[in-house]
Amino acid sequence: MSFKPDISVDVCGKHFKNPVIAASGAYGFGEDYTDLYPLSALGGISCKGTTLNKKDGNIPPRIAETPSGILNSVGLQNPGVDRFINYYLPRLRTQDTVVIANIAGAVIDDYIAVAEKLDATDVDMIELNISCPNVKQGGATWGVTCEGAASVTRAVRNATKKPVIVKLTPNVTNITEIAKAVEAEGADSVSLINTLLGMRIDIRTRRPILHNNVGGLSGPAVFPVAVRMVWQVANAVKIPVIGMGGIATAEDAIEMMMAGASAVQMGTAIFNDPYAPIKVCEGMEKFLAEQKIEKISDIVGTVKPW
Amino acid sequence: MSFFCDSYPIVDKKALGEGIYSYTLKCPEVAENAHIGQFVQIKAEGYMLRRPISICSVDKENGTMRLVFEVRGKGTDKISELNKGDLMDVIAPLGNGFTVPAKKDGRVIVVGGGIGTPPLLDIAKMYGDRCTAILGFRSFDKVILDKDYSLAGANVIVCTDDGSTGVHGTIAQPLADELAKGDVAAIYACGPTPMLKAVVAAAKQAGVYSEVSLEQRMGCGVGACVVCACTVIRDGEEKVLRVCKDGPVFSGEEVVL
Repeated sequence: MSFKPDISVDVCGKHFKNPVIAASGAYGFGEDYTDLYPLSALGGISCKGTTLNKKDGNIPPRIAETPSGILNSVGLQNPGVDRFINYYLPRLRTQDTVVIANIAGAVIDDYIAVAEKLDATDVDMIELNISCPNVKQGGATWGVTCEGAASVTRAVRNATKKPVIVKLTPNVTNITEIAKAVEAEGADSVSLINTLLGMRIDIRTRRPILHNNVGGLSGPAVFPVAVRMVWQVANAVKIPVIGMGGIATAEDAIEMMMAGASAVQMGTAIFNDPYAPIKVCEGMEKFLAEQKIEKISDIVGTVKPW
Repeated sequence: MSFFCDSYPIVDKKALGEGIYSYTLKCPEVAENAHIGQFVQIKAEGYMLRRPISICSVDKENGTMRLVFEVRGKGTDKISELNKGDLMDVIAPLGNGFTVPAKKDGRVIVVGGGIGTPPLLDIAKMYGDRCTAILGFRSFDKVILDKDYSLAGANVIVCTDDGSTGVHGTIAQPLADELAKGDVAAIYACGPTPMLKAVVAAAKQAGVYSEVSLEQRMGCGVGACVVCACTVIRDGEEKVLRVCKDGPVFSGEEVVL
């Protein structure tokens, strides 16, 4: 018996033709890889973190290689929400993929202003970045306490009818408490994990490799941490979880979904292999066919814990 | 402009000096689309980040591309284990190259420092004896590609920091001497930042157009991750751009070094 497995998923009422979403920060505004394949090959794209006004980001170097990963400290360099709405969004809309705006701010009013502007557009979803480790104001400072996470979520919830995904930082004592706090304030979904705070030092110059001294760790090195946190959060909340953190292969993505993720995001792996998201989709179809599973959504949260 | 991501056969490999390698790939589609001064992202097996390496020379007729790089760490060391007949996984060609031929008539000067020497070679090939190549190295044993520049017909001036061959000292004096001769349409440079600063200052003083190729730690190499930032002054405003996609070549007039 041969059948064509269905790898499409529905998250917060949005239909994704496959569960692979380009992670915010790794894929710009979807224009940089189109020489290789169309954006429509992806289930969705979470755009580069966007703020009310344009940001120039941190002083380079902004990246360092680590065993099975990278550290980055870009610092939310972006052209600002108006440029996103007027220039990038119309171009993204011509592509057949789910478009998620990722928003960040220093103060709550920033988040509200950006969310209100986006609410008046045809963007599909809003991902709330309360977990960027690379900016001095805002960013992860919102995401490390239940009160902070709840207050930003509440403010944005009141500013938009779009589905709101809250992106969580792993740099907390108990991520499930934060997840429950944002769920209580009306978040439609949570995505996790953002990067783990890290540091590398050049032993000859005794200088940190990143000019920002510290930065966010991503890549396969963080994958087991991400799987664990997705599993914990998926068991703690009722809203769908979008899993990310070090996914490089179809097996990784399947594992993440079995841990409880309804969809996945990929970032760092794309730097190494731009075709990685496509290979993940192909690998998922093959796995489903082998396992005689009709739909990828049937594997979500099916891990059988000891 | 378009780029490709594929594995291409290595048709030639040479050691140019200690830890410096020259690879030639058979990659017709890349060669066809490549412009002088662009770069490639090479996959180093077992490492997350690809290594950005500038294109040394392209033979469009034979569909080949030559890459010259120095082993600087474990990643480039891994790449250097590849041999003739192996496949090299590259994303190429990337970025914006040099504005050649220069917009004005006249001769050109290329200034290369150390491993910044390779990406200027095809400018010498384009200009022949209307190109002066000023090439700076630490010492005689670090000199690379001087014969290739001569073979291209360029007037070659080699400088070494220790005076072990050629002009003793930096490229500054030979550059000043060449500029004094006049009729220079443009200066193109690639090398360490202090050298680029000296080139841009000399060019500005002489009222000559200049372009420099920058180096920065990169992530994706295609413009998506905004890791490789550099600053330019454009229309009187400071702008943070991407070395990989907006560069790696910038005009000396606007780049902030």
